Amino acid sequence: MLINRKMRKTSWRRLGLGAFIAMIGGVMNLTSPFQGVTAMAAQAQEMHETAAWAPETFTLGNGMQVVVIPDHRVPVVTHMVWYRVGAADEPPLKSGIAHFLEHLMFKGTDKIPPGEMSKIVARNGGQDNAFTNNDYTAYFQRVALDRLPLVMELEADRMTGLILTDDVVYPERDVILEERSSRIENNPESILSEQMSAALFKAHAYGIPVIGWAHEIRSLTTQDALDFYHQYYAPNNAILIVAGDITAAQLRPLAEEFYGRIPSVELAPRVRGKEPPGVAPVHIDLRDARVRQASFRRSYLAPSFSTAEQGMAEAIDVLTQLLGVGSTSRFYRVLVVSQARAASAGAWYSGDGLDYGRVGLYASPRAGITLAQIEEAMDGVIADVLENGVTQEEVSRAKSNLIADAVYARDNQQSLAQAYGSGLTTGETMEDVTAFPDRVAEVTVDQVNAAAQLVFNQPGYVTGYLLPENGS
Amino acid sequence: MKFVYRLLCVITLGLTVWACDQSDEQSQAPDVNIEGALDMREVVEEKAAAEVMGLENKNVLDEFAKTLDSEKRTHIQRVVTPGGIEAWLVEEHAVPLISVEVGFTGGARRDPMDKQGLAYLMSGLLDEGAGDLDAEAFQTKLEDLSIRLHFNAGLDGFYGSLRMLTRHRDEGFDLLRLALTQPRFDDEPIERIRSQILVRLKRDLASPQTIAQRTWFEAVFGDHVYGRPVRGAPETVESVTADDMRAFLRAALARDNLKIAVVGDIDAETLGALLDKTFGALPPSAAPEDMNQAVIPDEARLIVVERPQPQSIVLFGGPGILLDDPDFFSAYVMNYILGGGGFASRLMEEVREKRGLAYGVSTSFNPYDYAGVFFGSVATENERIAESLSVIKAEIARMRDEGVTEKELRDAKTYLTGSFPLRFDSNSRIANQLVGYQMTGRGIDYIDTRNDRIEAVTRGDIARVAARLLDPDALTVVVVGEPEGLEPGQEDGAP
Repeated sequence: MLINRKMRKTSWRRLGLGAFIAMIGGVMNLTSPFQGVTAMAAQAQEMHETAAWAPETFTLGNGMQVVVIPDHRVPVVTHMVWYRVGAADEPPLKSGIAHFLEHLMFKGTDKIPPGEMSKIVARNGGQDNAFTNNDYTAYFQRVALDRLPLVMELEADRMTGLILTDDVVYPERDVILEERSSRIENNPESILSEQMSAALFKAHAYGIPVIGWAHEIRSLTTQDALDFYHQYYAPNNAILIVAGDITAAQLRPLAEEFYGRIPSVELAPRVRGKEPPGVAPVHIDLRDARVRQASFRRSYLAPSFSTAEQGMAEAIDVLTQLLGVGSTSRFYRVLVVSQARAASAGAWYSGDGLDYGRVGLYASPRAGITLAQIEEAMDGVIADVLENGVTQEEVSRAKSNLIADAVYARDNQQSLAQAYGSGLTTGETMEDVTAFPDRVAEVTVDQVNAAAQLVFNQPGYVTGYLLPENGS
Repeated sequence: MKFVYRLLCVITLGLTVWACDQSDEQSQAPDVNIEGALDMREVVEEKAAAEVMGLENKNVLDEFAKTLDSEKRTHIQRVVTPGGIEAWLVEEHAVPLISVEVGFTGGARRDPMDKQGLAYLMSGLLDEGAGDLDAEAFQTKLEDLSIRLHFNAGLDGFYGSLRMLTRHRDEGFDLLRLALTQPRFDDEPIERIRSQILVRLKRDLASPQTIAQRTWFEAVFGDHVYGRPVRGAPETVESVTADDMRAFLRAALARDNLKIAVVGDIDAETLGALLDKTFGALPPSAAPEDMNQAVIPDEARLIVVERPQPQSIVLFGGPGILLDDPDFFSAYVMNYILGGGGFASRLMEEVREKRGLAYGVSTSFNPYDYAGVFFGSVATENERIAESLSVIKAEIARMRDEGVTEKELRDAKTYLTGSFPLRFDSNSRIANQLVGYQMTGRGIDYIDTRNDRIEAVTRGDIARVAARLLDPDALTVVVVGEPEGLEPGQEDGAP
């Protein structure tokens, strides 16, 4: 794909990943007949004993939270600043301003000329980028350890020192319109995603695309960007995360020096809408001449990790894992293997949201199979789960694989930094993120069945059919 | 898993893509990261923070500098077994994980002409039943032990990737052995995986990037095997049988074209024993290949694929350079300055930063085993795509005619050498790098010498290589969209 400052295509998913330390207790006590989960727990124990990597956190005097995630294998660090502001915080009629501002943050300060920051980072052997989502905006650099002070100084400088002029702002607006074309308008699948989100969220801003509606992007101004910047960019609305070959003792004086001097400001509360109760399912047919292969999708509202009642989000994660991740999952076994109706079929849970999460289903039919047949088969699997529940064996396997994902994510400092950043900006605490594997290990069959009732018994889900211009 | 199209799970379409398996997104991209590895501590010349902006309290920096440990290096061991199997090993005991990457030279380029897509189909079937385990039993065993095993096919290589917890080390290697030496190729998984690929091929037709890529490769490589897509075409994928795959397996996966990299919680002695067990049953030698060097057209061509969309996707390029060419590193550094260096590149500056013409623009030199290509891409609204192209051609001409400045060269070198350690920050990244070096014939000392080769590049080298390789009037340009101001079939001339 294209060069991407500004958004990262990441395949990271919510891995929780934090402390395997915490997972030991819960998992070991699990009386599961399934050997995998206990094996994972033992492995976690081993990891706890061999690795001095437990994350630490502290807060600067101005309210900026700092997170340190040690990984001493190579002298490299990932330095990130996350702001607790995203597309869902935008004022009316200004959709896309959060993401637009993210681009404009590279346009310089009184110390750094426009576009120069990325070049300084590159000259120092570093890589930088940034990304925006509904609830957060984040900036990061990957550098050799000895360049950490440099990127900290640069990042701190633009937290309050951004200078914007029309001659750099408006060409960048054109860039974003091209970005929107690349991501959305060129791709019917993306258009359908956007339409489905807009239908699922009737009142909440999650229904508005993060990149913005094209007609609203076109009217965004320099002043809009500056207003948003001054309202939300401040140390007490930011989290510093440094992962890699660093300790809290090393980082603290640097953090005080570069970020600790920036005054805090009074932050306005984040005003978010609330979804009305779902009333009836919505069905969207998107027909597009460019489509050659039909596909099926469905979205359900769900609680997020931070809004769910205790244990429910983890149970939803286990539910979607056993229903739709991997070739032993229910959707795959039924639709792809047994019935041979689908070429692919699966499910996902996105639980990183300050206000809501969502559950999604997807499938692509094999030749000669209609989307209605696919939908019928998927509904059959769901009905079976609602009526008969799930088994201990599939719950155990799903838990084991979710925990394993967390262990594997430990191999990558960026994945860990990302997990803590998105968790902390969507209403979770350090402990919540760290103890994710522990909480997964405690999920019971009854909880998974309750999660299925909660998610699938809502009337207000959205189904999307992506179809060629002619045909079914 | 590999063929499960999880792209559909995008939430906000893009800005952050969640839970999406992109593993088979780029089958026609170069097989390996073509550029090399490095000394973890090659210190770049630029000075850090204090010099840049004038820090008030330099004591903080001094104190920090005292804590730096300059001795950390990635140490690669060569492990050679009694059976003659070689692996490169990096021991890393900090995390109880082991990453194993294997590659077999040759790959989709070995597909018979009427069976293109064979290697790719086979890559989806090796973990769908082997030995006494049928597909479900094999997959269940992988999941129960949380072992991640995947295969993939590229033009020049067939790859396997194994990750496991130390605890399941022996089971992991044994499942890899089964998959490589005793795959079952049962009917049900063959038809299932085939259907996934056929669906994927149809989905590709809705992707302007894939349409452009296929068109460009066909146009540039013609009848050469590199012109054929790794994933094949519907007719050829339909025609592949279990016997075809058995024959391919015997011919293409052998001990003499096998490269292995292992990184993680394992020592050389333990690995040595596992290597013979795991790979000893492979045939000693791969069947000879009948490959010839591809001839890349060096004349201007414009191919427009009309497609209703607001933006034109453009691929452009022509002849490039092979990896063993003495000028390869000069070309690599030159390309960083032209279009490989992201926001530090001339093209990004001219096309995006100054004119807002595109979200991204980039160029690269892709060295395949039997062809070198120069390759670039950009996407711009239909009304302004002609302007983008003319800016790009002007920059290519400027590089050819004027070369680079001393400052540009210095900045390129400090990035390229200084960022090298970033490729070595996880077990799986290191393993990927090391297998890539072996697949492209580089020695075990490569990471120690690579930065020196970049440092050695001069402005004169770049001027020579730019004059040799760059010609804005000899590009094959493929446009997908409804471009304005371009005439298909004609050279549109001056930059």
